[in-house]
Amino acid sequence: MLPAEEIGIVLLSLKVAAASVAASLPLAIGAAWLLARRDFPGKTLFDALVHLPLVVPPVVVGYMLLLALGHSGLGPALEKIGIVFAFRWTGAALAAAVMGFPLVVRAVRLAIDAVDPRLESAARTLGAGPWGAFFTLTLPLAWPGIVTGALLGFARALGEFGATITFVSSIPGETETLPLAIYGAIQVPGGDAQALRLSLLSVLLSLGALVVSEWLVRRHVRARHADA
Amino acid sequence: MLEVDVTARRGAFRLEARFAADAPIVALFGRSGSGKTTLVEAIAGLVTPQSGRIVVDGRVLFDRDRSIDLAPEERRVGYVFQDALLFPHLSVRANLAYGERRTPAAERFVDRARVIDLLGLAELLERRPATLSGGERQRVAIGRALIASPKILLMDEPLASLDTPRKAEILQYVELLRDELRLPIVYVSHAIEEVTRLADRLVLVSDGRTLAAGSVAELMARDDLKPHMGRFEAGGVIEARVARHDERYGLTVLAFAGGELVVPNVDALPGEPVRVRIRARDVAIALEPPRNASFQNVLAATVESVGGEFGAIVDVHLRVGPTPLVARITRQSAERLALAPGTPVHALIKAIAIDRRSVGFA
Repeated sequence: MLPAEEIGIVLLSLKVAAASVAASLPLAIGAAWLLARRDFPGKTLFDALVHLPLVVPPVVVGYMLLLALGHSGLGPALEKIGIVFAFRWTGAALAAAVMGFPLVVRAVRLAIDAVDPRLESAARTLGAGPWGAFFTLTLPLAWPGIVTGALLGFARALGEFGATITFVSSIPGETETLPLAIYGAIQVPGGDAQALRLSLLSVLLSLGALVVSEWLVRRHVRARHADA
Repeated sequence: MLEVDVTARRGAFRLEARFAADAPIVALFGRSGSGKTTLVEAIAGLVTPQSGRIVVDGRVLFDRDRSIDLAPEERRVGYVFQDALLFPHLSVRANLAYGERRTPAAERFVDRARVIDLLGLAELLERRPATLSGGERQRVAIGRALIASPKILLMDEPLASLDTPRKAEILQYVELLRDELRLPIVYVSHAIEEVTRLADRLVLVSDGRTLAAGSVAELMARDDLKPHMGRFEAGGVIEARVARHDERYGLTVLAFAGGELVVPNVDALPGEPVRVRIRARDVAIALEPPRNASFQNVLAATVESVGGEFGAIVDVHLRVGPTPLVARITRQSAERLALAPGTPVHALIKAIAIDRRSVGFA
Protein backbone atom coordinates (compact mmCIF):
# COMPACT_ATOMS: atom_id res chain seq x y z
CA MET A 1 0.00 0.00 0.00
CA LEU A 2 3.01 2.26 0.47
CA PRO A 3 4.95 3.25 -2.63
CA ALA A 4 8.16 1.24 -2.97
CA GLU A 5 10.12 4.47 -2.72
CA GLU A 6 8.78 5.17 0.76
CA ILE A 7 9.38 1.59 1.96
CA GLY A 8 12.94 2.08 0.75
CA ILE A 9 13.25 5.29 2.79
CA VAL A 10 12.00 3.57 5.95
CA LEU A 11 14.32 0.59 5.49
CA LEU A 12 17.28 2.89 4.85
CA SER A 13 16.47 4.92 7.96
CA LEU A 14 16.29 1.75 10.05
CA LYS A 15 19.56 0.52 8.58
CA VAL A 16 21.34 3.84 9.26
CA ALA A 17 19.97 4.07 12.82
CA ALA A 18 20.77 0.44 13.64
CA ALA A 19 24.31 0.77 12.26
CA SER A 20 24.92 3.99 14.16
CA VAL A 21 23.82 2.39 17.46
CA ALA A 22 25.73 -0.83 16.81
CA ALA A 23 28.92 1.08 16.07
CA SER A 24 28.68 3.64 18.85
CA LEU A 25 27.34 1.49 21.72
CA PRO A 26 30.60 -0.30 22.60
CA LEU A 27 32.51 3.00 22.50
CA ALA A 28 29.79 4.70 24.53
CA ILE A 29 29.93 1.93 27.16
CA GLY A 30 33.70 2.34 27.31
CA ALA A 31 33.45 6.11 27.67
CA ALA A 32 30.68 5.78 30.28
CA TRP A 33 32.77 3.29 32.26
CA LEU A 34 35.78 5.62 32.20
CA LEU A 35 33.65 8.53 33.40
CA ALA A 36 31.89 6.49 36.09
CA ARG A 37 34.77 4.44 37.46
CA ARG A 38 38.10 6.06 36.73
CA ASP A 39 39.88 9.24 37.67
CA PHE A 40 42.49 10.39 35.18
CA PRO A 41 44.11 13.67 34.15
CA GLY A 42 41.97 15.48 31.61
CA LYS A 43 38.76 13.77 32.71
CA THR A 44 36.84 17.07 32.68
CA LEU A 45 38.02 17.79 29.14
CA PHE A 46 37.11 14.26 28.07
CA ASP A 47 33.65 14.69 29.60
CA ALA A 48 33.20 18.01 27.74
CA LEU A 49 34.31 16.48 24.43
CA VAL A 50 31.83 13.61 24.81
CA HIS A 51 29.03 16.10 25.40
CA LEU A 52 30.05 18.52 22.64
CA PRO A 53 27.60 17.23 19.97
CA LEU A 54 24.78 17.99 22.43
CA VAL A 55 25.52 21.71 22.49
CA VAL A 56 27.16 22.46 19.13
CA PRO A 57 24.80 23.15 16.18
CA PRO A 58 24.37 19.90 14.19
CA VAL A 59 25.44 21.70 11.01
CA VAL A 60 28.78 22.44 12.65
CA VAL A 61 29.23 18.78 13.57
CA GLY A 62 28.42 17.78 9.99
CA TYR A 63 30.84 20.33 8.63
CA MET A 64 33.59 19.17 10.97
CA LEU A 65 32.99 15.56 9.84
CA LEU A 66 33.23 16.75 6.26
CA LEU A 67 36.51 18.52 6.94
CA ALA A 68 37.96 15.60 8.87
CA LEU A 69 36.80 12.72 6.66
CA GLY A 70 36.23 14.40 3.29
CA HIS A 71 38.60 14.59 0.34
CA SER A 72 40.85 17.14 2.02
CA GLY A 73 40.93 15.17 5.28
CA LEU A 74 41.34 11.49 6.08
CA GLY A 75 38.96 10.46 3.29
CA PRO A 76 41.55 9.29 0.72
CA ALA A 77 43.56 7.44 3.36
CA LEU A 78 40.47 5.63 4.67
CA GLU A 79 39.38 4.85 1.11
CA LYS A 80 42.59 2.88 0.61
CA ILE A 81 41.57 0.49 3.39
CA GLY A 82 38.06 0.25 1.99
CA ILE A 83 36.21 2.63 4.29
CA VAL A 84 34.16 5.32 2.57
CA PHE A 85 31.93 7.76 4.39
CA ALA A 86 31.47 10.60 1.89
CA PHE A 87 27.99 10.53 0.33
CA ARG A 88 27.33 6.97 1.48
CA TRP A 89 24.82 5.56 3.95
CA THR A 90 27.78 4.73 6.22
CA GLY A 91 28.45 8.48 6.44
CA ALA A 92 24.84 9.04 7.48
CA ALA A 93 25.27 6.37 10.16
CA LEU A 94 28.48 8.03 11.37
CA ALA A 95 26.84 11.45 11.59
CA ALA A 96 23.93 9.94 13.54
CA ALA A 97 26.32 8.06 15.82
CA VAL A 98 28.31 11.19 16.66
CA MET A 99 25.16 13.22 17.34
CA GLY A 100 23.62 10.51 19.51
CA PHE A 101 26.82 9.62 21.39
CA PRO A 102 26.34 11.96 24.39
CA LEU A 103 22.82 10.67 25.00
CA VAL A 104 23.95 7.06 24.98
CA VAL A 105 26.95 7.79 27.23
CA ARG A 106 24.79 9.64 29.76
CA ALA A 107 22.25 6.84 30.06
CA VAL A 108 24.93 4.13 30.36
CA ARG A 109 26.99 6.17 32.81
CA LEU A 110 24.03 6.61 35.15
CA ALA A 111 23.46 2.86 35.04
CA ILE A 112 27.12 2.05 35.78
CA ASP A 113 27.15 4.61 38.60
CA ALA A 114 24.26 2.71 40.15
CA VAL A 115 26.23 -0.57 40.26
CA ASP A 116 27.98 -0.94 43.62
CA PRO A 117 31.71 -1.04 42.77
CA ARG A 118 32.21 -3.31 45.77
CA LEU A 119 30.35 -6.03 43.87
CA GLU A 120 33.25 -5.88 41.44
CA SER A 121 35.67 -6.12 44.39
CA ALA A 122 33.79 -9.20 45.57
CA ALA A 123 34.13 -10.72 42.10
CA ARG A 124 37.86 -9.98 42.10
CA THR A 125 38.39 -11.78 45.41
CA LEU A 126 36.55 -14.75 43.88
CA GLY A 127 39.08 -14.98 41.08
CA ALA A 128 37.64 -12.78 38.34
CA GLY A 129 40.00 -10.40 36.54
CA PRO A 130 39.01 -6.77 35.88
CA TRP A 131 37.49 -7.71 32.49
CA GLY A 132 35.78 -10.75 33.93
CA ALA A 133 34.21 -8.64 36.67
CA PHE A 134 33.10 -6.10 34.07
CA PHE A 135 31.44 -8.63 31.78
CA THR A 136 29.86 -10.79 34.49
CA LEU A 137 28.72 -8.01 36.83
CA THR A 138 28.92 -4.42 35.69
CA LEU A 139 27.54 -5.04 32.21
CA PRO A 140 24.58 -7.27 33.16
CA LEU A 141 23.68 -5.07 36.14
CA ALA A 142 23.81 -1.92 34.00
CA TRP A 143 21.73 -3.66 31.32
CA PRO A 144 18.51 -1.59 31.70
CA GLY A 145 20.53 1.62 31.34
CA ILE A 146 22.33 0.24 28.31
CA VAL A 147 19.01 -0.65 26.67
CA THR A 148 17.69 2.84 27.44
CA GLY A 149 20.86 4.38 26.03
CA ALA A 150 20.67 2.30 22.88
CA LEU A 151 17.04 3.29 22.38
CA LEU A 152 17.82 6.98 22.86
CA GLY A 153 20.63 6.66 20.35
CA PHE A 154 18.36 4.83 17.91
CA ALA A 155 15.57 7.41 18.20
CA ARG A 156 18.07 10.24 17.90
CA ALA A 157 19.53 8.60 14.75
CA LEU A 158 16.06 8.24 13.19
CA GLY A 159 15.58 11.98 13.68
CA GLU A 160 19.07 13.14 12.73
CA PHE A 161 18.97 15.88 10.10
CA GLY A 162 21.48 18.73 10.26
CA ALA A 163 24.77 16.87 10.55
CA THR A 164 23.66 14.26 8.02
CA ILE A 165 22.60 16.67 5.28
CA THR A 166 25.79 18.69 5.77
CA PHE A 167 28.13 15.70 5.78
CA VAL A 168 26.64 13.35 3.19
CA SER A 169 23.92 15.46 1.53
CA SER A 170 20.53 13.96 0.65
CA ILE A 171 20.97 11.24 -1.94
CA PRO A 172 17.85 9.12 -2.55
CA GLY A 173 18.49 5.46 -1.83
CA GLU A 174 21.87 6.18 -0.21
CA THR A 175 21.66 8.93 2.41
CA GLU A 176 18.08 10.16 2.18
CA THR A 177 16.66 9.08 5.54
CA LEU A 178 13.16 9.90 6.81
CA PRO A 179 13.77 13.47 8.03
CA LEU A 180 15.65 14.36 4.84
CA ALA A 181 12.89 12.83 2.71
CA ILE A 182 10.20 14.71 4.68
CA TYR A 183 12.09 17.96 4.24
CA GLY A 184 12.52 17.19 0.53
CA ALA A 185 8.80 16.42 0.10
CA ILE A 186 7.83 19.70 1.74
CA GLN A 187 10.02 21.58 -0.70
CA VAL A 188 8.28 20.03 -3.73
CA PRO A 189 4.89 21.46 -4.79
CA GLY A 190 2.18 18.86 -4.09
CA GLY A 191 4.46 16.84 -1.82
CA ASP A 192 2.31 17.46 1.28
CA ALA A 193 0.62 14.08 1.24
CA GLN A 194 3.96 12.29 1.07
CA ALA A 195 5.40 14.47 3.81
CA LEU A 196 2.44 13.61 6.05
CA ARG A 197 2.71 9.88 5.34
CA LEU A 198 6.44 9.90 6.08
CA SER A 199 5.90 11.90 9.26
CA LEU A 200 3.33 9.38 10.50
CA LEU A 201 5.76 6.54 9.73
CA SER A 202 8.45 8.36 11.66
CA VAL A 203 6.19 8.66 14.71
CA LEU A 204 5.24 4.97 14.48
CA LEU A 205 8.86 3.87 14.29
CA SER A 206 9.83 5.90 17.36
CA LEU A 207 6.85 4.59 19.31
CA GLY A 208 7.77 1.05 18.34
CA ALA A 209 11.33 1.53 19.56
CA LEU A 210 10.04 2.88 22.88
CA VAL A 211 7.70 -0.08 23.39
CA VAL A 212 10.42 -2.60 22.60
CA SER A 213 12.90 -1.02 25.02
CA GLU A 214 10.28 -0.77 27.77
CA TRP A 215 9.48 -4.45 27.28
CA LEU A 216 13.19 -5.42 27.43
CA VAL A 217 13.78 -3.49 30.63
CA ARG A 218 10.65 -4.86 32.32
CA ARG A 219 11.51 -8.41 31.44
CA HIS A 220 14.95 -7.86 32.92
CA VAL A 221 13.66 -6.39 36.18
CA ARG A 222 11.12 -9.20 36.56
CA ALA A 223 13.83 -11.80 36.12
CA ARG A 224 15.94 -10.09 38.80
CA HIS A 225 13.25 -10.37 41.44
CA ALA A 226 11.80 -13.76 40.66
CA ASP A 227 13.49 -16.86 41.99
CA ALA A 228 15.23 -18.84 39.33
CA MET B 1 50.71 -17.91 59.74
CA LEU B 2 49.68 -14.40 58.78
CA GLU B 3 52.30 -11.65 58.75
CA VAL B 4 51.27 -8.09 58.07
CA ASP B 5 53.48 -5.03 58.21
CA VAL B 6 52.04 -2.26 56.08
CA THR B 7 51.22 1.40 55.88
CA ALA B 8 48.30 2.46 53.74
CA ARG B 9 46.43 5.65 53.08
CA ARG B 10 42.79 6.14 52.27
CA GLY B 11 41.88 9.79 51.84
CA ALA B 12 42.94 11.42 55.09
CA PHE B 13 42.98 8.10 56.94
CA ARG B 14 46.32 6.47 57.63
CA LEU B 15 46.78 2.85 58.52
CA GLU B 16 49.89 1.51 60.17
CA ALA B 17 49.48 -2.16 60.84
CA ARG B 18 52.02 -4.60 62.09
CA PHE B 19 51.29 -8.00 63.51
CA ALA B 20 51.98 -11.67 63.05
CA ALA B 21 49.54 -14.30 64.15
CA ASP B 22 49.45 -18.05 63.94
CA ALA B 23 46.08 -19.36 65.04
CA PRO B 24 42.99 -20.94 63.49
CA ILE B 25 41.04 -17.74 64.07
CA VAL B 26 42.68 -14.35 64.41
CA ALA B 27 40.37 -11.52 65.45
CA LEU B 28 40.92 -7.94 64.38
CA PHE B 29 39.18 -6.08 67.12
CA GLY B 30 38.52 -2.38 67.45
CA ARG B 31 35.88 0.31 67.24
CA SER B 32 34.10 1.28 64.04
CA GLY B 33 36.38 3.47 61.95
CA SER B 34 39.55 2.16 63.57
CA GLY B 35 40.88 0.82 60.27
CA LYS B 36 39.98 -2.86 60.53
CA THR B 37 38.27 -2.93 57.15
CA THR B 38 41.13 -1.10 55.40
CA LEU B 39 43.46 -3.67 56.91
CA VAL B 40 41.55 -6.68 55.58
CA GLU B 41 41.11 -4.94 52.24
CA ALA B 42 44.87 -4.60 52.07
CA ILE B 43 45.21 -8.33 52.73
CA ALA B 44 42.66 -9.04 49.97
CA GLY B 45 44.42 -6.68 47.54
CA LEU B 46 41.51 -4.23 47.30
CA VAL B 47 43.62 -1.47 48.85
CA THR B 48 47.24 -1.05 47.82
CA PRO B 49 49.52 -0.28 50.76
CA GLN B 50 52.18 2.39 50.37
CA SER B 51 54.83 0.24 51.93
CA GLY B 52 55.46 -3.00 53.73
CA ARG B 53 54.63 -6.63 53.14
CA ILE B 54 51.86 -9.16 53.60
CA VAL B 55 52.60 -12.86 53.83
CA VAL B 56 50.07 -15.67 54.26
CA ASP B 57 51.48 -19.08 55.13
CA GLY B 58 54.82 -18.25 53.53
CA ARG B 59 53.19 -16.92 50.36
CA VAL B 60 54.08 -13.29 49.68
CA LEU B 61 50.97 -11.38 48.59
CA PHE B 62 52.53 -7.96 48.79
CA ASP B 63 56.07 -6.76 49.20
CA ARG B 64 56.79 -3.18 48.27
CA ASP B 65 60.57 -3.60 48.34
CA ARG B 66 60.45 -6.58 46.00
CA SER B 67 57.70 -4.99 43.85
CA ILE B 68 55.31 -7.85 44.52
CA ASP B 69 51.65 -6.92 44.45
CA LEU B 70 49.39 -9.80 43.52
CA ALA B 71 46.05 -8.81 42.00
CA PRO B 72 43.03 -9.67 44.17
CA GLU B 73 42.12 -12.55 41.85
CA GLU B 74 45.60 -14.05 42.25
CA ARG B 75 45.62 -13.96 46.04
CA ARG B 76 43.11 -16.76 46.66
CA VAL B 77 41.73 -14.93 49.65
CA GLY B 78 38.10 -15.56 50.59
CA TYR B 79 36.36 -12.36 51.61
CA VAL B 80 33.04 -12.27 53.42
CA PHE B 81 31.75 -8.71 53.35
CA GLN B 82 29.71 -7.12 56.11
CA ASP B 83 26.71 -6.75 53.80
CA ALA B 84 27.24 -10.05 51.95
CA LEU B 85 27.45 -8.38 48.49
CA LEU B 86 25.80 -11.27 46.72
CA PHE B 87 25.49 -10.81 42.97
CA PRO B 88 21.87 -9.69 42.63
CA HIS B 89 21.34 -10.91 39.07
CA LEU B 90 22.47 -14.46 39.82
CA SER B 91 20.73 -17.27 41.67
CA VAL B 92 22.24 -18.57 44.90
CA ARG B 93 23.54 -21.55 42.93
CA ALA B 94 25.30 -19.27 40.42
CA ASN B 95 26.65 -17.08 43.23
CA LEU B 96 28.15 -20.15 44.88
CA ALA B 97 29.63 -21.37 41.59
CA TYR B 98 31.16 -17.98 40.69
CA GLY B 99 34.43 -18.47 42.52
CA GLU B 100 34.61 -22.22 42.02
CA ARG B 101 34.52 -21.85 38.23
CA ARG B 102 37.46 -19.47 38.42
CA THR B 103 39.56 -21.76 40.59
CA PRO B 104 41.96 -24.07 38.75
CA ALA B 105 40.80 -27.66 39.23
CA ALA B 106 44.09 -28.60 40.89
CA GLU B 107 43.57 -26.00 43.60
CA ARG B 108 40.02 -26.94 44.55
CA PHE B 109 40.13 -28.58 47.93
CA VAL B 110 36.78 -27.48 49.29
CA ASP B 111 33.92 -29.79 48.42
CA ARG B 112 30.91 -27.78 47.26
CA ALA B 113 28.38 -30.35 48.46
CA ARG B 114 30.01 -30.38 51.89
CA VAL B 115 29.82 -26.58 52.21
CA ILE B 116 26.20 -26.50 51.03
CA ASP B 117 25.42 -29.11 53.64
CA LEU B 118 27.46 -27.43 56.38
CA LEU B 119 25.82 -24.02 55.87
CA GLY B 120 22.35 -25.41 55.18
CA LEU B 121 22.14 -23.88 51.71
CA ALA B 122 20.44 -26.74 49.85
CA GLU B 123 16.97 -25.18 50.02
CA LEU B 124 18.20 -21.78 48.87
CA LEU B 125 19.95 -22.79 45.68
CA GLU B 126 17.29 -21.64 43.22
CA ARG B 127 16.48 -18.41 45.07
CA ARG B 128 17.61 -14.90 44.13
CA PRO B 129 19.53 -12.79 46.66
CA ALA B 130 16.69 -10.24 46.79
CA THR B 131 14.37 -12.86 48.32
CA LEU B 132 16.77 -14.03 51.05
CA SER B 133 16.75 -12.94 54.70
CA GLY B 134 19.83 -11.24 56.18
CA GLY B 135 21.06 -14.42 57.84
CA GLU B 136 20.54 -16.48 54.70
CA ARG B 137 22.43 -13.92 52.65
CA GLN B 138 25.37 -14.02 55.02
CA ARG B 139 25.42 -17.82 54.92
CA VAL B 140 25.46 -17.75 51.11
CA ALA B 141 28.27 -15.16 51.19
CA ILE B 142 30.32 -17.41 53.46
CA GLY B 143 29.61 -20.38 51.20
CA ARG B 144 30.52 -18.44 48.08
CA ALA B 145 33.89 -17.44 49.55
CA LEU B 146 34.59 -20.99 50.78
CA ILE B 147 33.70 -22.83 47.59
CA ALA B 148 36.42 -20.86 45.77
CA SER B 149 38.89 -22.85 47.93
CA PRO B 150 40.66 -19.86 49.46
CA LYS B 151 43.91 -20.16 51.36
CA ILE B 152 42.60 -17.84 54.05
CA LEU B 153 39.13 -16.55 54.89
CA LEU B 154 38.61 -12.88 55.77
CA MET B 155 35.34 -12.13 57.54
CA ASP B 156 34.59 -8.43 57.87
CA GLU B 157 31.96 -8.00 60.58
CA PRO B 158 29.84 -10.76 59.10
CA LEU B 159 27.28 -10.43 61.90
CA ALA B 160 27.01 -6.64 62.07
CA SER B 161 23.80 -6.40 60.08
CA LEU B 162 22.03 -9.32 61.76
CA ASP B 163 19.71 -9.60 64.75
CA THR B 164 20.75 -11.56 67.82
CA PRO B 165 19.25 -15.00 66.99
CA ARG B 166 20.78 -14.84 63.48
CA LYS B 167 24.11 -13.84 65.01
CA ALA B 168 24.13 -16.91 67.21
CA GLU B 169 23.29 -19.07 64.22
CA ILE B 170 26.10 -17.69 62.04
CA LEU B 171 28.58 -17.93 64.92
CA GLN B 172 27.85 -21.64 65.14
CA TYR B 173 28.57 -21.97 61.44
CA VAL B 174 31.87 -20.14 61.78
CA GLU B 175 32.85 -22.52 64.59
CA LEU B 176 31.93 -25.44 62.35
CA LEU B 177 34.11 -24.08 59.55
CA ARG B 178 37.05 -23.69 61.82
CA ASP B 179 36.72 -27.23 63.07
CA GLU B 180 35.78 -28.91 59.79
CA LEU B 181 37.80 -27.16 57.10
CA ARG B 182 40.91 -26.15 59.02
CA LEU B 183 41.06 -22.90 57.12
CA PRO B 184 42.80 -19.93 58.74
CA ILE B 185 40.22 -17.23 59.43
CA VAL B 186 40.70 -13.51 60.04
CA TYR B 187 37.61 -12.32 61.85
CA VAL B 188 36.94 -8.58 62.04
CA SER B 189 34.63 -7.39 64.78
CA HIS B 190 33.89 -4.65 67.23
CA ALA B 191 31.86 -6.98 69.46
CA ILE B 192 33.93 -8.52 72.23
CA GLU B 193 31.44 -11.40 72.73
CA GLU B 194 32.03 -12.61 69.19
CA VAL B 195 35.77 -12.26 69.52
CA THR B 196 36.11 -14.12 72.80
CA ARG B 197 33.82 -16.83 71.62
CA LEU B 198 35.65 -17.48 68.36
CA ALA B 199 39.16 -16.26 68.37
CA ASP B 200 42.39 -17.66 69.70
CA ARG B 201 44.47 -14.63 68.86
CA LEU B 202 43.42 -11.03 69.07
CA VAL B 203 44.86 -8.03 67.25
CA LEU B 204 43.70 -4.76 68.73
CA VAL B 205 43.24 -1.96 66.20
CA SER B 206 42.72 1.65 67.18
CA ASP B 207 42.95 4.85 65.13
CA GLY B 208 44.59 3.09 62.22
CA ARG B 209 47.24 1.37 64.31
CA THR B 210 47.62 -2.14 65.60
CA LEU B 211 48.11 -1.60 69.33
CA ALA B 212 48.69 -5.11 70.53
CA ALA B 213 48.50 -8.73 69.48
CA GLY B 214 48.25 -11.77 71.71
CA SER B 215 45.93 -14.31 73.22
CA VAL B 216 42.45 -13.11 74.03
CA ALA B 217 42.91 -13.78 77.76
CA GLU B 218 46.21 -11.92 77.84
CA LEU B 219 44.96 -8.78 76.10
CA MET B 220 41.73 -8.61 78.04
CA ALA B 221 43.57 -8.66 81.32
CA ARG B 222 45.84 -5.76 80.36
CA ASP B 223 44.91 -2.51 82.07
CA ASP B 224 46.61 -0.26 79.50
CA LEU B 225 44.40 -1.62 76.73
CA LYS B 226 41.18 -1.20 78.65
CA PRO B 227 40.17 2.10 77.01
CA HIS B 228 40.19 0.30 73.68
CA MET B 229 38.25 -2.73 74.83
CA GLY B 230 35.08 -0.88 75.79
CA ARG B 231 34.11 0.12 79.32
CA PHE B 232 31.17 -2.13 79.97
CA GLU B 233 32.75 -5.12 78.43
CA ALA B 234 35.84 -5.17 80.63
CA GLY B 235 36.50 -8.59 82.07
CA GLY B 236 38.63 -11.65 81.83
CA VAL B 237 38.73 -14.79 79.79
CA ILE B 238 39.30 -18.16 81.38
CA GLU B 239 40.61 -21.08 79.37
CA ALA B 240 38.98 -24.19 80.75
CA ARG B 241 37.94 -27.75 80.00
CA VAL B 242 34.59 -29.40 80.50
CA ALA B 243 34.97 -31.50 83.66
CA ARG B 244 31.47 -33.01 83.96
CA HIS B 245 27.81 -32.32 83.44
CA ASP B 246 25.19 -32.21 86.14
CA GLU B 247 22.24 -33.62 84.23
CA ARG B 248 19.80 -33.21 87.07
CA TYR B 249 20.21 -29.46 87.37
CA GLY B 250 21.31 -28.75 83.82
CA LEU B 251 24.70 -27.45 84.87
CA THR B 252 28.21 -27.97 83.58
CA VAL B 253 31.36 -27.91 85.66
CA LEU B 254 34.42 -26.45 83.96
CA ALA B 255 37.93 -27.04 85.27
CA PHE B 256 40.59 -24.40 84.83
CA ALA B 257 44.01 -23.68 86.26
CA GLY B 258 42.97 -22.36 89.67
CA GLY B 259 39.69 -24.10 90.29
CA GLU B 260 36.31 -25.09 88.96
CA LEU B 261 33.51 -23.04 87.49
CA VAL B 262 29.83 -24.01 87.51
CA VAL B 263 27.88 -22.67 84.54
CA PRO B 264 24.53 -23.43 82.89
CA ASN B 265 24.70 -26.44 80.60
CA VAL B 266 27.39 -26.18 77.93
CA ASP B 267 26.93 -28.31 74.86
CA ALA B 268 30.32 -30.03 74.84
CA LEU B 269 31.80 -33.36 75.84
CA PRO B 270 33.87 -33.79 79.00
CA GLY B 271 37.48 -32.98 78.22
CA GLU B 272 36.68 -30.46 75.48
CA PRO B 273 38.45 -27.12 75.81
CA VAL B 274 36.28 -24.03 76.14
CA ARG B 275 36.84 -20.34 76.64
CA VAL B 276 34.67 -18.47 79.11
CA ARG B 277 34.36 -14.72 79.18
CA ILE B 278 33.57 -13.32 82.57
CA ARG B 279 32.56 -9.69 82.61
CA ALA B 280 34.08 -7.66 85.40
CA ARG B 281 30.67 -6.42 86.52
CA ASP B 282 29.53 -10.00 87.13
CA VAL B 283 32.28 -10.64 89.67
CA ALA B 284 31.78 -9.70 93.32
CA ILE B 285 34.38 -9.87 96.10
CA ALA B 286 34.09 -11.20 99.67
CA LEU B 287 36.78 -11.49 102.32
CA GLU B 288 35.27 -14.71 103.68
CA PRO B 289 33.41 -17.33 101.71
CA PRO B 290 29.73 -16.51 102.10
CA ARG B 291 27.54 -19.10 103.78
CA ASN B 292 23.96 -19.71 102.75
CA ALA B 293 24.34 -17.63 99.61
CA SER B 294 23.16 -18.49 96.10
CA PHE B 295 26.53 -17.93 94.44
CA GLN B 296 27.53 -21.15 92.66
CA ASN B 297 31.11 -20.02 92.17
CA VAL B 298 33.22 -18.99 95.13
CA LEU B 299 36.85 -18.91 94.05
CA ALA B 300 39.77 -18.29 96.37
CA ALA B 301 41.78 -15.46 94.86
CA THR B 302 44.46 -12.89 95.58
CA VAL B 303 44.21 -9.18 94.81
CA GLU B 304 46.84 -8.12 92.29
CA SER B 305 45.95 -4.48 91.95
CA VAL B 306 43.14 -2.05 92.56
CA GLY B 307 42.78 0.18 89.52
CA GLY B 308 42.00 3.87 89.32
CA GLU B 309 42.06 6.46 92.07
CA PHE B 310 39.01 8.42 91.04
CA GLY B 311 35.38 7.77 90.27
CA ALA B 312 32.75 5.62 91.88
CA ILE B 313 33.85 2.43 90.20
CA VAL B 314 37.11 0.51 90.43
CA ASP B 315 38.39 -2.54 88.67
CA VAL B 316 40.05 -5.01 91.02
CA HIS B 317 42.46 -7.37 89.31
CA LEU B 318 42.53 -10.79 90.90
CA ARG B 319 44.39 -13.98 90.39
CA VAL B 320 42.69 -17.32 90.89
CA GLY B 321 45.73 -19.55 90.98
CA PRO B 322 47.52 -18.52 87.77
CA THR B 323 44.34 -17.28 86.07
CA PRO B 324 43.63 -13.54 85.96
CA LEU B 325 40.13 -12.28 86.69
CA VAL B 326 38.72 -8.76 86.98
CA ALA B 327 36.02 -7.61 89.39
CA ARG B 328 34.28 -4.28 88.90
CA ILE B 329 33.00 -2.96 92.23
CA THR B 330 32.30 0.42 93.82
CA ARG B 331 35.12 2.39 95.35
CA GLN B 332 33.23 2.39 98.62
CA SER B 333 33.21 -1.44 98.73
CA ALA B 334 36.89 -1.58 97.86
CA GLU B 335 37.73 0.74 100.76
CA ARG B 336 35.35 -0.98 103.19
CA LEU B 337 37.05 -4.33 102.43
CA ALA B 338 40.47 -2.62 102.56
CA LEU B 339 41.51 -4.27 99.31
CA ALA B 340 45.19 -3.94 98.50
CA PRO B 341 47.66 -5.96 96.46
CA GLY B 342 48.14 -9.30 98.18
CA THR B 343 44.83 -9.36 100.06
CA PRO B 344 43.38 -12.89 100.01
CA VAL B 345 39.74 -12.73 98.92
CA HIS B 346 36.98 -14.81 97.39
CA ALA B 347 35.64 -14.02 93.97
CA LEU B 348 31.90 -14.60 93.69
CA ILE B 349 30.35 -15.33 90.34
CA LYS B 350 26.73 -16.23 89.70
CA ALA B 351 26.51 -19.20 87.38
CA ILE B 352 23.74 -17.57 85.36
CA ALA B 353 25.97 -14.58 84.60
CA ILE B 354 27.79 -16.91 82.23
CA ASP B 355 25.32 -17.54 79.44
CA ARG B 356 25.70 -19.37 76.17
CA ARG B 357 27.13 -16.28 74.49
CA SER B 358 29.99 -16.10 76.97
CA VAL B 359 31.26 -19.59 76.24
CA GLY B 360 33.35 -20.37 73.17
CA PHE B 361 34.77 -23.64 72.02
CA ALA B 362 38.51 -23.46 71.72
